Amino acid sequence: MAGEKKQGLQLLDFWVSPFGQRCRIALDEKGLSYEYLEQDLANKSELLLRANPVHKKIPVLLHAGRPVCESLIIVQYLDEAFPATPTLLPAGDPYARAQARFWADYVDKKLYDCGTRLWKLKGDGHAQARTEMVEILRTLEGALGEGRFFGGEAFGFVDVALVPFTSWFLTYERFGDLSVEKECPKLAAWAKRCAERPSVAKNLYPPEKVYEFICGMKKRFGIE
Amino acid sequence: MSGSAVKVIGFFDSPFSHRAEAALCLKGVPYELIQEKDLRNKSELLLQHNPVHKKVPVLLHGDRRAVCESLVIVEYVDEAFQGPPLLPADPADRAAARFWARFIDDKVTVNPVRLTSQVSSGSFEVVNRDRSNGVHVPGRRQCSKAFWLAMWTEGEVQRGFVKEIKENLKLLEGQVKGKRFFGGDAVGYLDVAASAFAHWLPVCEEVAGVSLVTAEEYPDLCRWAKEYTSHDAVKRCLPDREELLARFSARKDSFVAMARSMAPAPEK
Repeated sequence: MAGEKKQGLQLLDFWVSPFGQRCRIALDEKGLSYEYLEQDLANKSELLLRANPVHKKIPVLLHAGRPVCESLIIVQYLDEAFPATPTLLPAGDPYARAQARFWADYVDKKLYDCGTRLWKLKGDGHAQARTEMVEILRTLEGALGEGRFFGGEAFGFVDVALVPFTSWFLTYERFGDLSVEKECPKLAAWAKRCAERPSVAKNLYPPEKVYEFICGMKKRFGIE
Repeated sequence: MSGSAVKVIGFFDSPFSHRAEAALCLKGVPYELIQEKDLRNKSELLLQHNPVHKKVPVLLHGDRRAVCESLVIVEYVDEAFQGPPLLPADPADRAAARFWARFIDDKVTVNPVRLTSQVSSGSFEVVNRDRSNGVHVPGRRQCSKAFWLAMWTEGEVQRGFVKEIKENLKLLEGQVKGKRFFGGDAVGYLDVAASAFAHWLPVCEEVAGVSLVTAEEYPDLCRWAKEYTSHDAVKRCLPDREELLARFSARKDSFVAMARSMAPAPEK
């Protein structure tokens, strides 16, 4: 408890959020202790509304009370504010850093949106989402190349950006009638490799639990 | 590496393309500009160097480095070259600058060029596409649509989008209040990110015959726009206003038609 207060790190988050999980994984990779504050998104707290008045969304990192919003911005902030900890963006190589930012941005622009359409839509919308999902996963597999991780030998920024979505692969597979293993075996292997890391194992929920959560959402939205 | 040749694949009309150039101009890095002539008919060079998004701008540095996505390019230029820093030094200030740049791109972006080519290529996600389910499917692109629709629609439909955009612009303006630039005394990352509001927005307003940002309602944003567009390094890479006006005016009908097809049907 005392250790958390010293660094003054708090994370406003929601258990199943892949964006929140990025931050949890980054904090653990860096060995930074923090106070986790689960938020009720149906009934947002004063703390959350004050910390993120613009978007009113999680995750929000509070560092000695000062808020940092947007998951990838939080991860970069952790690299910059705690330079003595293991770096997630490749140090001292502007081009490698640019590539990492590009691919993390790609995950942000493409994956969550497409996944949402996959479980929400029917008919043409659904078919399009399925086609796009396969393309996105294949593109990411292309970016991975022959490396153990997206950055090469070291687990880094892009891995952190993408790995929470591996818990969502089962959901995409069931709603999209597709197989990540079949479409992108290297990506599937990368997911397994990441799952062996303590920071990932500790912070991701089992894929069945994510699927259960999405089924619950569908019922709530009245989508059958 | 910093001695190798630098090129930018850009497009005259694009504020995103300008971001890449502005970063280089601010750092004092010489570069060759390669203009795409028609984004509906993209060059081999562009498609080769940005196979993922197929968009401008692309920065080429030496033989083997291609950097895509305008804000990624700006950060790359900041890190790869000497010269005045574009991002602030303090990590929390850097996070804030990145946050507002992303806000601009997600909530208020002005890019008729990108929207035009997306709609005509069929890759644009229309608002409320799947009405039949009664499910509203939000996406990041929907926020930037609001600006486009605020410009080119009319009546009740327009009023709704205008309200949303004006609120977001007020939030953005708050970041430059009491400062010469978003970056403080010097032009920085967030100024470059916001450049569309300084130079492209007034042109769009003139073509559309709408007035979203007035000096009365947005005194700080308007003051900043003048500062930004008259800055020595920036001026060099802003497209000529009259030519931009002529190009957008010539396409006004297609902008309006596109907005009509994108906007949700009015409530009865």
